[in-house]
Amino acid sequence: MHYDLQPLLLTFQLALTVTIILFILGVPLAYWIAFSRNRFKYIVETLVSMPLVLPPTVIGFYLLIAFSPQHFLGHFLESFLGVRVVFSFTGLVIGSVLFSLPFMVNPIKAGLQNFPIALMEASYCLGKSPWETLRRVILPNIKPALLTGIVMAFAHTIGEFGVVLMIGGNIPGETRLASIAIYNEVEALNYDTAGLYALVLVVISFCILLVFYYLNRKTLDSSLRSE
Amino acid sequence: MVKLRFKKQMHTPQGNDWLGIDLNISKGEFIALFGESGAGKTTFLRILAGLTQPQEGYIEVDGEVWFDSRKKINLPIQQRRVGFISQENSLFPNMTIRENLEYACVDKKLHGSIEEWIVTMGLKGLEDQKPDKLSGGQKQRVALVRALISQPRILLLDEPLSDLDIHARLNLQDEIIKVYQKTKITTILVSHDLSEVFKLSQKVFVIDHGKITKSGSPQEVFVNNNLSGKFKFTGQIIEIHKDGVLNILTLTIGNHVAKVVASDEEIAGLSVGSKVIVAAKAFNPLILKA
Repeated sequence: MHYDLQPLLLTFQLALTVTIILFILGVPLAYWIAFSRNRFKYIVETLVSMPLVLPPTVIGFYLLIAFSPQHFLGHFLESFLGVRVVFSFTGLVIGSVLFSLPFMVNPIKAGLQNFPIALMEASYCLGKSPWETLRRVILPNIKPALLTGIVMAFAHTIGEFGVVLMIGGNIPGETRLASIAIYNEVEALNYDTAGLYALVLVVISFCILLVFYYLNRKTLDSSLRSE
Repeated sequence: MVKLRFKKQMHTPQGNDWLGIDLNISKGEFIALFGESGAGKTTFLRILAGLTQPQEGYIEVDGEVWFDSRKKINLPIQQRRVGFISQENSLFPNMTIRENLEYACVDKKLHGSIEEWIVTMGLKGLEDQKPDKLSGGQKQRVALVRALISQPRILLLDEPLSDLDIHARLNLQDEIIKVYQKTKITTILVSHDLSEVFKLSQKVFVIDHGKITKSGSPQEVFVNNNLSGKFKFTGQIIEIHKDGVLNILTLTIGNHVAKVVASDEEIAGLSVGSKVIVAAKAFNPLILKA
């Protein structure tokens, strides 16, 4: 049986990169959605949640068009910054960030909305800025929501297929992820190799979620106790 | 000196109401805001703290303008430096008691005073606990210390004792008096507990449907002064019981429950919940060593 660790490593590399980027983007975005009084907020909320309902191929298709060198954005990136997004790891990252955005933003948003306003106000009265309040008071108290966002975004990126196939293609070592490799091996009738990749993904996903629910059970219990 | 003049629309279950305030508070004064719930007491404190904005008005504290609707001045909460203590617990659950106090410290050099506060306020031994291990009274005590450590210019107490049992409440009232005498900080207490207002404040403003209806010392406001009795207490009827020709009233006076007899004329117009003055001529009192 022929097999290659590359697709698996690439998958986890992608999931890790995407999760870090999403966390950095997701916290401010969730904060804005949770607390802004902008009357067009619901439009942003709709856009963030679009990947939940759209077929992944639709997002992949639009990204492919937008970033192709024949179109403005792709042309601009390639001629001025020398970056080619389509069929590259960068493309995978961009596609995955967009596609997993709601999985990071929505739990954090819910955590922020449920956070007692009295505690935020207490911090402001003590002279602390919104940023310091977020960093030292809010985030440490919504760890379960942060953990949910991180795990869901990570696990969801591992499980992606449609978006990454559309924008990344199937270049070994560059864009061939485990999910795509499985599809590939099945097409080539290499059921053993496909089965191995599939099993690794199942076991790892199961373990991640298992640890997550185990930890969350403890944090949920302790947050209930403090009520 | 605190100068307050503002108007704010309030949405109450009874419909919309205007909170219209125009009053001055001297520096270092301990005043109480007394009134039914929904009268606008909490809104008053929130406006002063900068947590809510009035529609129009002017707020000045110690010569600094905090709010002026005409000049579009609205000093951010962070720069107003108010110590705000509400009835709900506002300690940060992720921090220990000591960390909660350190968080409030404006200057690292003041960390030494934290230890001092911990000892004087009877929190020794609790400083490394998380807030959820503390009783309601202890939490409010920490909240009080935390507010004071941030060196506020004004202390706002929004019924901080209303969720506590009577023992913890009396205890904390004494602590508040102690702290006030030590710091002489301008303090505004919101309360609907008569005995608390009497015990703590020098001046009281009665607020009703968004308007100040009475002000003065607690004695002037709540006790009718044209009686000749030497002993008088203000109390509230909790039960009226008719026993033969006598009426027996059960009253709460301060934190005590007392039974007194009353004639039919005296109880005319009174019902459970009425506030009454009980007075006695002092020609034959019993005096016992306490």
